Amino acid sequence: MGSLILRTTTRLLLPLLLLFSVFILLRGHDEPGGGFIAGLIVSTAFALYLFAFDVARTRHLMGADPRLLLGLGLLIATLSGVPQIFLGEAFFTGLWWPIEVPGLGEIKLSTPLVFDIGVYLVVLGAVMTIVLALAEAEE
Amino acid sequence: MLIAVLSGFILAAASPWLARSVGDKAGWLLALLPAALFVYFLGFVPTVNESGAQVIHYPWIPALDVNLSFLVDGLSLLFALLISGIGTFIIIYAGGYLHGHPHLPRFYAIMFAFMASMLGLVLSNNLITLFVFWELTSITSYLLMGFNHEDKNARWCALQGLLVTVAGGLALMAGLIMIGVAAGSFELNEILTDGDVLRDHPWYIGIVLLVLAGCFTKSAQVPTHFWLPNAMVAPTPVSAFLHSATMVKAGVYLLARLNPGLGGTDLWLYALGIVGALTMFTGSFMALRSTGVKAVLAYTTIMALGTLVMLIGIGTEGAIIAAMAFLLAHALYKAALFMLAGALDHETGTKDMLKMGGLRQLMPITFLASCVAALSLAGLPPLFGFIGKELMFAATAGAPGLAFFTTVLAVASAMMIAGMAAVFAIRPFTGTLKETPKKPHEAPPSMLAGPVVLAGLGLLFGLMGFIPAAAIVQSAVAAVHGAPVEVQLYLWHGINLPLMLSILAIAGGVVLFLRWERVLAFYRERLGFIDRFGAERGYEKAMEGLVWIAEWQTRVLQSGYLRRYLTITVLSTVVLTGWTFFGHTGSSVPLGEVGFTFYEFAVAALVVAGAIVASVTSSRIGAAATLGMVGFGVALIYVMFSAPDLGITQIMIETLTVILLVLVLFRLPGFLKLSSPTDRIKDAATACSLGALMTILILAVNGVTVTDPISDQLTAWSYTEAQGRNIVNVILVDFRALDTLGELFVVGLAAIGVYAMIRFRAEDRRQ
Repeated sequence: MGSLILRTTTRLLLPLLLLFSVFILLRGHDEPGGGFIAGLIVSTAFALYLFAFDVARTRHLMGADPRLLLGLGLLIATLSGVPQIFLGEAFFTGLWWPIEVPGLGEIKLSTPLVFDIGVYLVVLGAVMTIVLALAEAEE
Repeated sequence: MLIAVLSGFILAAASPWLARSVGDKAGWLLALLPAALFVYFLGFVPTVNESGAQVIHYPWIPALDVNLSFLVDGLSLLFALLISGIGTFIIIYAGGYLHGHPHLPRFYAIMFAFMASMLGLVLSNNLITLFVFWELTSITSYLLMGFNHEDKNARWCALQGLLVTVAGGLALMAGLIMIGVAAGSFELNEILTDGDVLRDHPWYIGIVLLVLAGCFTKSAQVPTHFWLPNAMVAPTPVSAFLHSATMVKAGVYLLARLNPGLGGTDLWLYALGIVGALTMFTGSFMALRSTGVKAVLAYTTIMALGTLVMLIGIGTEGAIIAAMAFLLAHALYKAALFMLAGALDHETGTKDMLKMGGLRQLMPITFLASCVAALSLAGLPPLFGFIGKELMFAATAGAPGLAFFTTVLAVASAMMIAGMAAVFAIRPFTGTLKETPKKPHEAPPSMLAGPVVLAGLGLLFGLMGFIPAAAIVQSAVAAVHGAPVEVQLYLWHGINLPLMLSILAIAGGVVLFLRWERVLAFYRERLGFIDRFGAERGYEKAMEGLVWIAEWQTRVLQSGYLRRYLTITVLSTVVLTGWTFFGHTGSSVPLGEVGFTFYEFAVAALVVAGAIVASVTSSRIGAAATLGMVGFGVALIYVMFSAPDLGITQIMIETLTVILLVLVLFRLPGFLKLSSPTDRIKDAATACSLGALMTILILAVNGVTVTDPISDQLTAWSYTEAQGRNIVNVILVDFRALDTLGELFVVGLAAIGVYAMIRFRAEDRRQ
């Protein structure tokens, strides 16, 4: 670890991969993609960074402990089904708010999208919890 | 009503904070809630007396026939009044008894949760909600019994109570569900209107046995009576509450509640009559040989529970009246006596009656209240306990089929209880003042309010029996008996058989009181074997057996070798799936048209080659690379058959596998050949059997034509119902979102498990 080529490439690739994962997450409802795949992509992005640098810098880059992200994801995914109950619908009934954004076309905000964001965070949290723990055990 | 039942839970959450901010006198403040509830329930009394049972209905899970509906009739009202009324005094008392205890705020919290569970239990009209509250009482009472959690004995006893009652609860759950299915409704008011539906049902015997298993364990009937005396490790306010109006009375309550639906048969009569009478006798006998103030009372509770069960079993009009009168009398004097026992213990520092004496001068109010309450326990006029006992003798003498058996046991029990009541009320207070660990003085007002009021009520109800009779006992009897009954309670019934039996019992009691030391000595010398071979030994043996089985099956199933787990999983899958498949569909596998293009064949060949190399190579990197080949080959197949989502996921998983492998590669031990050639052949056969089975299954699936496959439906709905064009994602996040949520939790738990394994290992290394 610690090759200059890897470090330089990682610096360039990381923002692209992060953006790409969000892109995959958001388009998932209509095209191949979704929270699960996007979560795996973002995890590999951070894993790449881990190989290029070290555990401490990866943690710093992620900003939050992956275990926290895992719990947050579970919370978001669960809560995305709750408001429906108060509207007299079943748990997890999809609610939709399509918004017309000038220049971008129609954006479909919805509770399934919120749920998918939860999936994204759970996958990211779970993978990085394991990867970082293994890497720390290595050090 | 919903607020009334649930307010206890709400206050339970708030009470630790309240108790801390109010300080010393928090007990008086917190007692306002049960007092308010008491008044609230009192408000129902005229309504119920005039227009019968009230049902208050809140739908909860209507699709499953689970409702929060409450049934307010004489029986539930009697219990609700006892729970809230005695609860008021218990909370005040606890403030004094546990004064300065560091965990007092926590005590209030559990106590209110327990009280609310108990109220929910007696007021529930739905069998399922009733069961939920039933289990809540088990759990909260476990926390109360184990309140002194630093004491090993307390933890052990609390666990014993929990295991016994929850084991019975499991049986009860099955019984209640069977009642619901058999009667076609889970609402008690509908089930109980026509009892013959249950009595004539083929499941009747099963239902009764299961319900009895639940009620007998909860109400400490022989042979599961042993947990109740042990439950006295709890602080005295808990014992007073558990024994008088709650917890152990829950079983009695449910028997009484279900009496109109299940009672009136020979099975009911003999099961309840015999078990109840034996419990009554056992409790009295064990009380006689006890010297601890609380132990005596605990055993008399067993006596009372046995009496109540016996009376419900006898089931005649007189027996039901006796049961309800006895229940009320017992709740009043038992709560008072327990609180007084706590006062004695608190002020002298000892629980042993042999070490107390001459406290009359120092604790005059305690002495007076003890005398009144104990007279009610002994069943002497003019106390309410006397009315209960007279009615009981009348009921046993008139019991169909069991008259002789129950009457003899009842008189014998009454003798012993009268003797012990005298011992309890007289011994600690008379004679010369003995040296005790603490210098005794009168208990504070918070600890005397309850006993004085409750003992006073026992006296008042005895002198003026028409008050409880008209207010509540009559409607309670009607609820248990299933038909309106005229109830009159008074002291003097004329010179008749019950009076003769009462005189006999009291005379016997006086003799036992005078000869108590000799009784104790006789027991110690001749009857010590009872302790060695009692029911509690059976419980201990059962627990040891359970642990032994657990160890044995863990040794067999959890060997710790990954290869053994894999073998078991694979072989079970092959055998079970194969057996189902070949057993139910015949062995013909329709091959159908299987067309290959050449690149499909090439990818498949690569996958197979990769798998073979991976299993024979002796290099780790080689194995990793060839396994990667298998994975990417599979991904390609997904892409070829237009499943891009699966393809992408597979590629990402392969990538992550490599990452994880890199992280652990250098930590793995050197590559060794551990298995013999025979083992390897066996493993290969296992692997091949799974592969063969899966191939056959996939081929067979191809040949099956489903007339209306669900995938067509989902595809059709994908855009119209869920506004998504990617059917895979729509299924994951919308149609099957609940499944996905479950899987998310699995992923989360797996991550935590792996994390724990890695971290603990690292920490072990460091040490």
